[in-house]
Amino acid sequence: MIDAIDSHLAILLIVLPLMAAPICVLLGNGRAAYTLALLVSILTFACSVTMLDEALEHGVIYYDLGNWHPPYGIEYRVDVFSGFVLTFVSGIGAAVLLYAPMSVRDEIPASKHYLFYATYLLCLTGLLGMCVTGDLFNVFVFLEISSLSSYALISLGKTRRAPLAAFQYLILGSIGATFILIGIGLLYQMTGALNMDEIAARVPHEDGPRTVLVAFAFLTVGLCIKMAVFPVHTWLPNAYTYAPSVVTCFIAATSTKVSVYVFVRLIYGIISPGFAFNFLPLDTELMFFSLAGIFIASTAAIYQDNIKRMLAYSSVAQVGYMLLGISLATPTGLSGGIVHMFNHALIKGGLFMVVGCFVLRLGSVQMSDWKGAGRTMPWTATAWVIGGLGLIGVPLTAGFISKWLLLTSIFEAGWWPIAVLMLVSSLLAVVYIWRVVETLFFAEPSEAAAMATEAPLRMLIPTYLLIGGTLVFGVWTTYSAGIAHAAAIALLGEAP
Amino acid sequence: MSRFPIIRIITKLLIPYILLFALYVQFHGDYGPGGGFQAGVIFASALILYGLVFGLEAIQRVAPPRIIEKGMALGVLVYAGTGVLTMSLGGQFLDYSVLEHHVLTQWHVPSGQHLGIFLVELGVGITVASVMTMIFYAFAGRKHAHDT
Amino acid sequence: MTLETIAGLYNYWMVIFLMMTGFYIVLARKNLIKSVIGLNIFQTSVFLLYITMGKVNNGTAPIIPPAIVEAQKSAHESHAGAAAGGVAEHGAGVAEHGAGVAEHGAVVAEHGAGAAEAVHAAGDIVYSNPLPSVLMLTAIVVGIATTALALALVVRIREDYGTVDEERILELDRGE
Repeated sequence: MIDAIDSHLAILLIVLPLMAAPICVLLGNGRAAYTLALLVSILTFACSVTMLDEALEHGVIYYDLGNWHPPYGIEYRVDVFSGFVLTFVSGIGAAVLLYAPMSVRDEIPASKHYLFYATYLLCLTGLLGMCVTGDLFNVFVFLEISSLSSYALISLGKTRRAPLAAFQYLILGSIGATFILIGIGLLYQMTGALNMDEIAARVPHEDGPRTVLVAFAFLTVGLCIKMAVFPVHTWLPNAYTYAPSVVTCFIAATSTKVSVYVFVRLIYGIISPGFAFNFLPLDTELMFFSLAGIFIASTAAIYQDNIKRMLAYSSVAQVGYMLLGISLATPTGLSGGIVHMFNHALIKGGLFMVVGCFVLRLGSVQMSDWKGAGRTMPWTATAWVIGGLGLIGVPLTAGFISKWLLLTSIFEAGWWPIAVLMLVSSLLAVVYIWRVVETLFFAEPSEAAAMATEAPLRMLIPTYLLIGGTLVFGVWTTYSAGIAHAAAIALLGEAP
Repeated sequence: MSRFPIIRIITKLLIPYILLFALYVQFHGDYGPGGGFQAGVIFASALILYGLVFGLEAIQRVAPPRIIEKGMALGVLVYAGTGVLTMSLGGQFLDYSVLEHHVLTQWHVPSGQHLGIFLVELGVGITVASVMTMIFYAFAGRKHAHDT
Repeated sequence: MTLETIAGLYNYWMVIFLMMTGFYIVLARKNLIKSVIGLNIFQTSVFLLYITMGKVNNGTAPIIPPAIVEAQKSAHESHAGAAAGGVAEHGAGVAEHGAGVAEHGAVVAEHGAGAAEAVHAAGDIVYSNPLPSVLMLTAIVVGIATTALALALVVRIREDYGTVDEERILELDRGE
């Protein structure tokens, strides 16, 4: 029995949340739906941990849907890299659900709770599906499942700006997805295959016909929109700001990372870095845009008074670090980029959870309303400090590990001006994190803050789960940087 | 629009044929052009036509929103459930060949690949019909909520 | 480039024209409804692109002719071609099977040809590639979902702001 389940893990990961979502609708009751969603998200987490373990020990796991073998059927394919991303996406999915009920009760009308949890599960399905599938068109389908459900989730925000933010995201997101669809179509036209390995084997790697170049361009631009890379990031700040706190936690921690995952797969698994970086000058372009994004978005974050918006701009900057690692195409640099996906998911998820706690008690995300709240809500405020240190990249936090890897590989390549720029950019993070710390601890308490009590334990525990994670993975790196390194080696070795 | 007798009578005449055609497209999808998605849309179009002519309340008596909402979920469950069934019978997810059986072969009871695609398309049909109707309700019902 | 090649690429010219029209409308229009319409035109151009690439010269619709199905049924009954029969039955139905498991279409083309050989009846039938059409069925479903969601959001925006003009909405937001 265990063996039978074991061989189906890859599909169970998708089927469990996919089936739980309609069951939530059938239940029609918020509490029951929540229990089911929590159970299922924990089960998917268990599935992905098991698969990551298996992929580390025995290599890539393949699963042919409906027993149609590739190149005809859809193949699910879990290697170390996808197992790693699956694990932290499903882990954060479960942690956010653990955190959710009080915040959801506070921010979303009770009649919509069961639909909220159903949509949340669909979003999780889409994100996990993008990581698990080895079929390019299937990536598009799952991308749309996750995007459509996240548009719906964002529009549930309390203010009237939430539907507008969701609409703007929908327009840009759909343009991005359609670009990806065009790219997939052109690649299919050239290779006659949709399976990623099959395309990689058939697509020319040295010099490409124009169709391949155009396909690659469409895919890159489409994915950049989804990743919120600097010049096309405009949907992100509004979406994160006006979404309900729980939704922001989940989407900020997972959604852009999964798009980065697909981008890495595209470059290292399909097109090959030689084609992208040597034949095409994509590495310098990525580096330019990521550095520009890091600086401009960090500076924008400094000037925000809305704390959610500040963290949203910081997310745009952090995507820059991941892209920087990807564009280096060395084992150290790539593993730095990959581990930063994980670290940033932990840190940003944790910080947005802290914001959610404050929103529950203070009812506001404006800096001015948070004044002095550190005195009445010390545990929540301490979590902010720890998370903030991680975001800056102080030693002994997870953020340090990834920045250290990135710096090392930049020095290896001899680009010390970029290293200097990276260090300076960390100072910008110090500024915006410090602004909040100062407000929390050293300002005269506002009326609301003076009356506030500590956030409930049900929310603090998941918050500390993620925030504590940044400390744990800042010291003990076997399961973060270690796996990321293995994944990077596999990606670089696999590239033809 | 129920004031116009021609529209009313023509609609009443047409709806049974639209529903019949939807069922034809649904169940003949295994042999010719057709399938769950098209059938679902055609089926929903009959409901929507009824709603347009006789009003939202009339159609919601025939197809209450609560039932339609459950229908959306049920279809997905039928689809995914088929996959889980094939898994529990020892095949891969959606591997219809394990559904092969020899019950009442002389009556052409679908089996194997045929049965699998039949069940999946049934799920698709239920979901699409419900979703299309639900979209109509969501937009048409909006004005009522605004007025009251 | 002769006139013939230009005319021969007629479909692609239409794709580019539609794509650019749709894209321009999405970016330039400030009316929310009009950007949804633009998005639809943009997506439609991609459907056309896929369907164009699936067309094989002189190819017919990838539905196995009834004569072959009959022949296969007899083969099926004598248990000789059980597997091929299953594939053929599956193939006829699968062309519309778009809810995510879209890939099977390719199998139809491949095994359909194989089955035809076995039956000797239609070795020379050329089928168009059904896979792009199947993929587009999925994309159409996605497009419908996107449009429905977008319109639902526009309805809510209109209820909250009283307008669907983006400039006006931003003005109202600044006024707060």
